[in-house]
Amino acid sequence: MTDKDKNIEQTQSNQEQNLQNDVQNQKVINSTPLVKSEIQLEFEEKEKAYLEALKENETAGLKLRIEKDRGSLFRKIDRWSKRGSRLRREIFVKRQYYYLVAPYTILFFIFTVVPVLMSLVLSFTYFNLLEFPTFIGWENYRALFVDDKVFIIALKNTAILAVITGPVSYIMAFVFAWLINELRPLLRSFMTLVFYAPSISGNVYLVWKLIFSSDNYGYANSILMQMNIIQEPITWLQDPDYIIWILIIVQLWMSLGVSFLSFIAGLQGVNRELYEAGAIDGIKSRWQELWYITLPQMKSQLMFGAVMQITSSLAIATVSINIAGFPSIEYAGHTIITHLMDYGNTRMEMGYASAIATILFLIMIIANLVVRKILRRVGS
Amino acid sequence: MAEDKILIDDDETVAGVELSKEEKKRLKRQEKKLKKFGLKDESKMGKMELFFYKIEKRRRIKKKKRVSRSIVGDISLFLLLCLFGAFSAYPLVYSFCAAFKPLAELFIYPPKLFFQNPTLDNFKDLSMLMEQSMVPFSRYFFNTIWITFAGTVGHVIIASMAAYPLAKHKFPGSTIIFSMVVYSLMFASQVTATPTYIIFSLAGLIDTQLAIIVPAFAYTLGLYLMKQFMQDIPTELIESAKIDGANEFQIYWRIVMPLVKPAWLTLIILLFQQLWNNDGGSFIYSEQLKPLSYSLNQIVAGGVARTGTASAVMLIMMIVPITVFVLSQSQIIETMAHSGMK
Repeated sequence: MTDKDKNIEQTQSNQEQNLQNDVQNQKVINSTPLVKSEIQLEFEEKEKAYLEALKENETAGLKLRIEKDRGSLFRKIDRWSKRGSRLRREIFVKRQYYYLVAPYTILFFIFTVVPVLMSLVLSFTYFNLLEFPTFIGWENYRALFVDDKVFIIALKNTAILAVITGPVSYIMAFVFAWLINELRPLLRSFMTLVFYAPSISGNVYLVWKLIFSSDNYGYANSILMQMNIIQEPITWLQDPDYIIWILIIVQLWMSLGVSFLSFIAGLQGVNRELYEAGAIDGIKSRWQELWYITLPQMKSQLMFGAVMQITSSLAIATVSINIAGFPSIEYAGHTIITHLMDYGNTRMEMGYASAIATILFLIMIIANLVVRKILRRVGS
Repeated sequence: MAEDKILIDDDETVAGVELSKEEKKRLKRQEKKLKKFGLKDESKMGKMELFFYKIEKRRRIKKKKRVSRSIVGDISLFLLLCLFGAFSAYPLVYSFCAAFKPLAELFIYPPKLFFQNPTLDNFKDLSMLMEQSMVPFSRYFFNTIWITFAGTVGHVIIASMAAYPLAKHKFPGSTIIFSMVVYSLMFASQVTATPTYIIFSLAGLIDTQLAIIVPAFAYTLGLYLMKQFMQDIPTELIESAKIDGANEFQIYWRIVMPLVKPAWLTLIILLFQQLWNNDGGSFIYSEQLKPLSYSLNQIVAGGVARTGTASAVMLIMMIVPITVFVLSQSQIIETMAHSGMK
């Protein structure tokens, strides 16, 4: 601020000096001795008086103007010094928005932002809810990756589940939404219900437990035995080789959730005229139509769907607990979240659980950001 | 001059005026073109002819839209859809039928999908079981209703209240808040379960129903969908209300809220599904505060002896959210059209 102000001050003082000089010069010019007639002298005198009066007026005006400028300068300095208050002022003017946002933001901070930060801090401590947490550095993380064999299993299972169910469910959601979109309205809403219902129907996925039950009353066993593929029932849910595949099937069955609805909505919003234009431009198959016209228009929905699908595929837990048991046989259905629940809810080792949560948090955020970056490139 | 104009306007021969050779050629070419596309000159038709012609034309345009469709592809994709639809519907149909099967049919070999002689025995057993339970069953029911109602209403009001300024106004901090909400969509709520438990125990909310209701207020997907939906409200409407002297809260309540009805219906359904299936988790210990879903899960966990009642329970748990969804499907789809993320 100061440089500019100094400049302004300097220019103003210069102006004042110039003014004084001018006045002196004028005096010098006027006072040059000359031989004149009386009338002329009188006239000159009058003129001189007049000019002087004028000059006085002018100087007074100038002085006033300078003073005024100085005043505004002071005001400017004042404003500069209260620079921070402009923000305060804006906040004051828009205070009603803050009143509206405040309740949600406070709750959001308490239940989302603070817990994330807390688990980050707690992951470096030993904390059992009774004593005050003690700082132990990277010990929790070291224990997780070096000593804890179960965590490695959980990590592996989560990776398998996420890598298979994530993309497959994403593609499934899109393909079915796309196929449904061509049906007539009544049939369309019926099929939407059929595909969406599994994800909202509570604990109906327990039916899969009956379908894959280990005796020959189970559907899978009875069908396979009738077809003479197997001779005696398979113990689906007790065999570590099968558990994870059953979990994948169940998860896929109930994975057509919010993103599926979002795709349907997005497809309905695609401009119909573009299809006709595309047909004229030489699009021959439905696949070309899908790739060149439909997909680019649905980019934002695709992004949203990806976020929802990735998050849910990395957070498989309740299905595993209810179908494979907790803990499951040979930890075959153990995921990072069940491991987290094990330490957080059962053993009350909050520091250790926080370390697990932090790792999962990082995995989820990184996976999402990477996929978003990839999806952003698809259209271009 | 006048004659020239007539010549230009009428493309057919005007009486007494011979057309030049070139023009005749041009006309013939045009006729060929029209024939090729099956189009006729509409001005030369009678009324009835025109009517049928227009219907024909519309049908042809409809067909034209399907130019990029092969019949084989249509059928095979439809079969694929049916196959996966069956895969998706099978467990639902099974659990629906199982609720009406008598015990003998539940353990039939080979197992059958549909019931042969439906009974309501399972539901009678269920009501018997409920009468015997330690805590009166109406208590569980009331708990679930209360949790669902309070959580849903609170969330819809608070989230839409926050969504309106975030969507329609700019103020210091608005972008930060919204980007944090978007980031929070990227991780599951289980990640923050441990610290949340600590916060609740510090606040003394463990073993109260508030421990389930209050976090539901801060459900992030709800705010996200609401904000995206509100962004398409015309700004002029809000400005004109402001000129009429309404303050922001009045604008939000009187103008914005009625306009975003589909969005808040969607939030209600999303929240309803979550809270309806919530079994209290690790937050509620007292038996008389537990929600319905917990006691029903207990019945399901009863094992083979309770297969009949368990399937009745599953039917109850399943039918409520599905009914709610059926009733509000079009509104939800309308909201989801705005769900896009950049």
